[in-house]
Amino acid sequence: MPTIAKTGNEAMAEAMRQIDPDVVAAYPITPATEVVMIFSQFVADGLVGTEFVAVESEHSAMSACVGAASAGCRVMTGTSSQGLQLMSEILPIASALRQPIVLCEVNRALSGPINIHCDHSDTMAVRDFGWIQLFSENAQEAYDNILQLVRITENEKVRLPGMATTDGFIISHCMEKIESLDDAEVKKYIGDFKVIKSTLDLDKPITLGSLDLQDYYFEHKMPIVEAMKEAKQVILEVGKDFGQRYGREYGLIEEYKLADAEIAMVALGSTCGTARAVIDELREKGVKAGLLKVRAFRPFPAEEIVKALAKVKAAAVLDRSDMFSNQGGQLCCEIKSAMYDLKQKPLLTNYVYGLGGREISLEDIRKIFAEQQGTASSGKVKQAVQHFGVRE
Amino acid sequence: MSKSKVIEIRWHGRGGQGAKTAALLFADAAMSLGKYIQAFPEYGPERMGAPVQSFNRLADDPITVHCGITDPQIVLVLDPTLMATVDVAQGLPKDGKLIVNTSKTPQEIRKEINLKAAQIFTVNASGIAQEKIGRNIPNTPMLGALVKVSGLLDFNEMIKNTEDKLKKKFAHKPEIIKGNLEAIKTAHDQVKGEKR
Repeated sequence: MPTIAKTGNEAMAEAMRQIDPDVVAAYPITPATEVVMIFSQFVADGLVGTEFVAVESEHSAMSACVGAASAGCRVMTGTSSQGLQLMSEILPIASALRQPIVLCEVNRALSGPINIHCDHSDTMAVRDFGWIQLFSENAQEAYDNILQLVRITENEKVRLPGMATTDGFIISHCMEKIESLDDAEVKKYIGDFKVIKSTLDLDKPITLGSLDLQDYYFEHKMPIVEAMKEAKQVILEVGKDFGQRYGREYGLIEEYKLADAEIAMVALGSTCGTARAVIDELREKGVKAGLLKVRAFRPFPAEEIVKALAKVKAAAVLDRSDMFSNQGGQLCCEIKSAMYDLKQKPLLTNYVYGLGGREISLEDIRKIFAEQQGTASSGKVKQAVQHFGVRE
Repeated sequence: MSKSKVIEIRWHGRGGQGAKTAALLFADAAMSLGKYIQAFPEYGPERMGAPVQSFNRLADDPITVHCGITDPQIVLVLDPTLMATVDVAQGLPKDGKLIVNTSKTPQEIRKEINLKAAQIFTVNASGIAQEKIGRNIPNTPMLGALVKVSGLLDFNEMIKNTEDKLKKKFAHKPEIIKGNLEAIKTAHDQVKGEKR
C-alpha cells in the first residue's frame, strides 16, 4: 500500500481516479474546487476513461448525473455549500430512482452572510433526501469513505446515492499522510458496475420520471425507507470487510475510550480528532472521558448511539449547524429522539459550535469536558442548548 | 501510553511567495523520512502581496488534532518587510526559534523587532535563491535553514529525498534540480544564530 501525502481534496480526487467512473458531471465551488479540478486534469491526461461533463451549474451537474445513472453508468460528482443547495431539487430524484451516485461533499457554511469556511449546515440541509451521508475525520477517512461508498451505494439491497464529506479547509486543504491502495486493488475492490435498468436498453424500454399521484406515490417512497434500513447493515459489512482487507475497519459510529467513560463528547468530522487529544490528556489525569464519533448520519445509527452512551453520566453533543428551531442542532435532536424510550438517560448538553469556520481549540474542548464533569456531579443540565464560542 | 511531542511550525510570507508550498514541501520531505505530518494554509483574502501564513505539524505518532496552531515552536519569515506590520513572534515560547530570510544578523533583527525571548536565526534565502536558482524564491533555501535549526530531520537523507522528487518532477530540466539542491545546501550551511 503506497504511503502518500494528500490533502482531503487530493485524497478524494485520487479515489475518483482509481474508481474511474463512467461519467462525472460537476461544477467547481470553494472549498471543493480542487476535487473537480484535479479530476478534470486526470481526464485531460487520459488517466481515466471518464466522460467529464463540464456543466454551467450544480443543478445541471446533478441533473446530468441522474441522466447518466439512468443510462446505466457509474457516476460521481463533487460539490460544497451553495452548490449542494442548488442540487437540492434533483437530490431526492436520484434516491427515488435508486441511483448509486457517489458525491464528494466538502462541508461549508451556507450564505448568508457569504462565508467559505467549514460548518455542517450544507450537508445537514439535504439530510432528508434519501442520500447516505458519511462524515470523515481526516484525509484518510475521506479516501476510504469514497471507496466504501461505491460498494455501499451499489449494493443491490441499497442502491441509493451517497455522499462522503470532509470539513472545508480543515480537512479539504490539510495535507496529511495517508495509505492509499494500488490502482489494481481498487479496481478489484469496487468490481464492475452492475446495470439493473438502463434507458438505453432498447430491448427493454423503460420510462423514468413519470407522474405518480395519490394512488402509488406513497408506495414508491417505501423502497427508500426499506433501503435505508438495509443500508445500516451494508455499511457495517462493507466497513468490516474493508478492515479485514486493508487494516482500517469502519462502523456506523466509532467509540474512543468510551467503554468505561463517565463523561463523553459526541461529534461529527474533524473535531473528533481534536477531541481525542483532549481525552488522552484527561485520561492521564484519571478523568474517565470518551468520544463517540458519528460516521454515518444517514442512515442514522440510533440504536448504536443509545447503546454506546448507555453508561455515560453526561455527554456533550456537538453540532456544527443550527436548525433554527430553538431545539439546537440536528445531531443532538436525533440523539434525543433516539433516547425517548429510555428510562435512564445520560444528561445531554447540545453545543452548537464552529459556524462559518469559527475555531474549536483544544482549550474549547477542555472547557466543554469540564462542564460535563460539573453536569455529571450535579446531576443537572445547566443549559440544554448552548451556542458555544459566539461573542456577545 | 504517552505520545511523542508534536512539533508545530508557522510560516509567514506574502501571497505568491510560496509560504504554502514551503509548508507542503517540508511536510512531504518529513513524511518521506518516516514522520507523521500536517501542512495547511491559513485562508484569508487571497491577494498577491498580502500577508499569509501556513503551518506544519510533525510527530513520530499519528496526529489527530485539527485545530489551528497558536503557539508554534518554530516560526519562519519569508519576507522580512512583514515584520513591520505583523507580530511574527506571536505565541512563540521562550525556547522557540525564529528564522528570518534577511541579509541582516540575528542581533540586528532582535533589535529591530524588540524581541525579548526566543532564539533568532537569519539566512539570506532570497540572495541564495537568486544566485543558485536565478529567481527570488526564498522558500526552497528556507527548507535547508529549517532542517539545520530544528534538527528534526537528517539533512543528508532530506537532500537525497528532495533530489529524487525533483528528478521525477523536472526530468527534462536538470539545471532546476541542481540549482534547488545547491540553494538548500547553501542555506543549511549559512544560516546563523546568535552568539551567546
